[in-house]
Amino acid sequence: MRKLFVHLKKYRMHAVLGPLFKLFEALLELSVPLVVAAIADVGIANGDTGYVVKMCILLILMGAVGLAFSLTAQYFSAKAAVGFSAGLRSSLFAKIQTLSFPQLDKIGTPTLITRMTSDVNQVQTGVNLTLRLLLRSPFVVFGAMIMAFAVGAAAPATSAVFAVSIPVLLVVVFLILLAGIPLFTKSRSRLDSVTGKVSSNLSGARVLRAFCREDSENADFSARAEFLSKTQIVAGRISGLLNPLTYVIINLAIILLLQFSAEGVDSGALSQGQMIALYNYMTQILVELIKMANLIITVTKSIACAKRISAIMDEEADMLPVSGGGEEDKNAPAIELRDVDFRYAGASGEALRGISLSVKRGDKLGIIGGTGSGKSTLAALIPRFYDATSGQVLVNGRDVRSFAGEELRGKIGYVAQNVSLFRGTVRDNVRWGKPDATDEEIREAMRVARISEIKKGEGNTLDIEVGQDGKNLSGGQRQRLTIARAVVRRPEILILDNSSSALDQITEAELRRELAALEFKPTVVVISQRAVSVRDCDSIVVLDNGEAVGIGTHDELYESCEVYREICDSQMGGASI
Amino acid sequence: MKKKTNTGKTIARLLGFSKKYAALFAVTVICAVVYVAASLITPVFVGEAIDCAIEKGRVDFDGIFTLLVKIGIATAVAAVAQYVMNLVNNRIAFKTVCEMRKAAFAKLQKLPFSYLDSHPSGDIVSTVTSDAEQVGDGLLTGFTQLFTGVATIVATLVIMFIESYIIALVVLLLTPLSMVVAKLVAGKTYKFFREQATVRGQQTAYADEMIKGQKTVRTFSRTEATQKDFDEVNGKLQKVSLKATFWSSLTNPTTRFVNNIVYAIVALVGALTAIANPVGFTVGTLTCMLSYANQYTKPFNEISGVITELQGAAAAGERLFALMDAEPEPDDAGNAELCDVRGDVAFDAVCFSYTPERPLIENFSLRVKAGMKVAIVGPTGCGKTTLINLLMRFYDTKSGSISVDGQKTAEVTRHSLRENFGMVLQETWIMPGTIRENIALGKPDATDEEIIAAAKDAHAHGFISRLPQGYDTVISGGESLSQGERQLLCIARVMLKDPPMLILDEATSSVDTRTEQRISRCFDEMTKDRTSFVVAHRLSTIKNADLILVMKDGNVIESGNHEELSAKQGFYSKLYKSGINTAAV
Repeated sequence: MRKLFVHLKKYRMHAVLGPLFKLFEALLELSVPLVVAAIADVGIANGDTGYVVKMCILLILMGAVGLAFSLTAQYFSAKAAVGFSAGLRSSLFAKIQTLSFPQLDKIGTPTLITRMTSDVNQVQTGVNLTLRLLLRSPFVVFGAMIMAFAVGAAAPATSAVFAVSIPVLLVVVFLILLAGIPLFTKSRSRLDSVTGKVSSNLSGARVLRAFCREDSENADFSARAEFLSKTQIVAGRISGLLNPLTYVIINLAIILLLQFSAEGVDSGALSQGQMIALYNYMTQILVELIKMANLIITVTKSIACAKRISAIMDEEADMLPVSGGGEEDKNAPAIELRDVDFRYAGASGEALRGISLSVKRGDKLGIIGGTGSGKSTLAALIPRFYDATSGQVLVNGRDVRSFAGEELRGKIGYVAQNVSLFRGTVRDNVRWGKPDATDEEIREAMRVARISEIKKGEGNTLDIEVGQDGKNLSGGQRQRLTIARAVVRRPEILILDNSSSALDQITEAELRRELAALEFKPTVVVISQRAVSVRDCDSIVVLDNGEAVGIGTHDELYESCEVYREICDSQMGGASI
Repeated sequence: MKKKTNTGKTIARLLGFSKKYAALFAVTVICAVVYVAASLITPVFVGEAIDCAIEKGRVDFDGIFTLLVKIGIATAVAAVAQYVMNLVNNRIAFKTVCEMRKAAFAKLQKLPFSYLDSHPSGDIVSTVTSDAEQVGDGLLTGFTQLFTGVATIVATLVIMFIESYIIALVVLLLTPLSMVVAKLVAGKTYKFFREQATVRGQQTAYADEMIKGQKTVRTFSRTEATQKDFDEVNGKLQKVSLKATFWSSLTNPTTRFVNNIVYAIVALVGALTAIANPVGFTVGTLTCMLSYANQYTKPFNEISGVITELQGAAAAGERLFALMDAEPEPDDAGNAELCDVRGDVAFDAVCFSYTPERPLIENFSLRVKAGMKVAIVGPTGCGKTTLINLLMRFYDTKSGSISVDGQKTAEVTRHSLRENFGMVLQETWIMPGTIRENIALGKPDATDEEIIAAAKDAHAHGFISRLPQGYDTVISGGESLSQGERQLLCIARVMLKDPPMLILDEATSSVDTRTEQRISRCFDEMTKDRTSFVVAHRLSTIKNADLILVMKDGNVIESGNHEELSAKQGFYSKLYKSGINTAAV
């Protein structure tokens, strides 16, 4: 938690001046009843109109100065709170970009987004309100009490009214708010369930209608919506108590106060003006107390959010480079796996078991196998998205764990199974692979990826805007664009994870030919479920349930590996040989 | 002007929604009046009580006692009225929101896919959830706040006029000042808040994009570049947030200032009157006036807040009603039921397009005998998925007809038509819930034995047994399952339903080839006596079809079985050969 507040340091001055000016304003506000008392006791009692006029001008002046103080305070607080949250967001984003993939998998994108947006906003509101009210509200409440003590010193019964009613008010307010929090949380989660229902109903609309589930969907939704409204009504019953109850307490206190101060006036201990002042202080306290209670609630919520944010900030960076691991050797295999086991965090079994293989520089390795056989996992170990649970992964004869920062990934062009493109032009997207790529280089990479043209007759292809996740492109275009992005950087190792699954077979064959003809001769790793895609590889690894059940060329495997033969036969109808 | 009438209409319709709460509405209005009256009378009593205590030895304790009792009664009445008002308002608001949500959701089940496909689901979700809430909060509670606010202002002025018309006049003259200030602040705040929301939206979208694409970001060493872009938006957000936060925090100080001016002037006029006319205008009256002055601007603040909220609520209400008013699928309650289906399917001169400007399927005719297996192939966008949309009546044909067993599908109920089709879509959809519930989607009363048998048929039993709680494992959205496993689950659903006709949309494209082979064997068995339509990329799946439709640009350009099409040396054979020849290179 404390770590978060370093972002407030830059705004130290604002964070101090804000509350300070608030304090000045409160002081002025507390003096108002005194001035009014003086008007009654001195001005009216003596019939001194000059005095009354002076005092009223003083009141306006006090208001103006108070406004100036207050504006200054609000500005400083806003500046500090907003600056704080901006710093927090920036460092949170930076932190996320250092988390390892196992950590990102564990935490999950949606919650990261929530923390960066609504949690940070809540913390900002908390900081802002704290700076504004933390000093002011207690100061006004207790200040009013102390002033009341001073004014009513000669009539102790009036002080007793304040001394008793304020704690009672505090207790009542907090009890109601505390009772409300769990109900509030509950209704939030029930609202989530309503939202979730609508969203799953929409995403599954075709399936649900195909199975004629409209009525049961309606019934389920109604139940959830009613459940939510019941909780909200119960919560409302409790929070609805706040105002009437505080009103009753304050008015009871006022009744007692009037009685006691009247006795004070009778005995000569108090003046009529002082009686008015006491009454005014009592009403001031109520207003401020409610503000204070709200502040506490907001702060409590903010603290909960701040905790969620620090949970991310406190994630220890893992998968840092380790020392040792050898030197790169130009003669060593480009990629080598030595007896690699891998298990995803929290999974019950190994995703890869005892994998050993080696790929010569410039060779082409195919990885084939069924769904969940571990193909993509194997590929993800090469750019070190994950670390092998045991065994070693080497690139150019050097342990991947020993490469610093971007050194390793700079050598690799990785085309992921799940295409990720970004908003911007086609040019922007391909330039991800090489920020300073010229249009010629980009066009060449796109030619290799068989995507020279995206939309017929739409001006310069490179200027076409790509929507979020490339939604305005077809599946095949998205895949080919990501291939172009990897090719443009002329990587030593090119990894294609199921990157041609959306292409028709003619285009895929063309793509294969282009990749084979690349003049910078990268080492290529091709992952596929289709035998056609890996047939021409220098060696093929057949994965089955995390184990390599065959390594060899197409012909060797077709002879010796049953799994491979089965795949080929099923896809080519036995016509492959 | 037009905007105003729209807002009025929306509000009127909304009130229609809570018509059945008319009695409760009456209660809340009465409570509001009682509350305002009881709470505003208190300062009068306080003022009179103060007048009873003039100075040493001149205190009228009897008078004070009576007044204190009056204050007590007024307090009790005000408190009770306020609590009842709170309860009733809550009830009306939440119940109405609940009703509106239910109505909106029920409407969703009736909307045609042309609506669902053309509206982002995020928008619809927020209409049903947050817009409904905003309508409830804003319009209903807003109304009572508005009512209490106005009642308070009117009552305050009335009491002030009774007590001292001079002060009341002064206050009345100062009223525009309160309104102007409140409006100014509210207007600026609204403007900056909107700007803030826009920039925030940009930032969220950017963060979402980059976090989801972290693998790509890291692969291409783009962390610094993305951080820079992020910080740029962040800086923009900081600037606009500062304005929004600052302006929104001005409401209190500025109105407090206006209040202070009113207060000072009331004090001045009051004190001078009291000096000039000590009998007619006492110190107690002054105190009473001052406490009104102290609260006078508060309702203005609230009202200006409420008006903004009402506008927001009306906008939300318009979105909600736009959804509710959307044209539903034509009612088919009176149509015949399709039953005892053999499975003859015929397309007669079918024309269809999603948008009038771009005709897609034109004059498409096809006869499929019961039990035939029809494979549909062709490049993306050729109209394969459209055929499924039409068969299932997710969309209706523009002209021409589709019939099953000679009965036009447009003339039977959608339910009875869909009951007879088993569908596995390319994009698998897993319902949040248990595996069991997911398989039983099409047959909620299925026994455990039936469910397990279906799962076994779909080769899903194996992986389901390995899940932590087997068939009772809760899967939300299916993230924990692989694409292949999700597909197997979808197949199990259809296996359980056991319909006479099947639609398989590239159903096997993401299941690995070995499993696919097993499934296709399974399907071969299923499709034996059933009419089936298969959209697939895999040539092996297509080869044993009775009829292959090769589609391009919405039209069938070739049709026949594998041998016939191969012999034709057309588009199909080009497609087929490319798969084999390139493999042999």
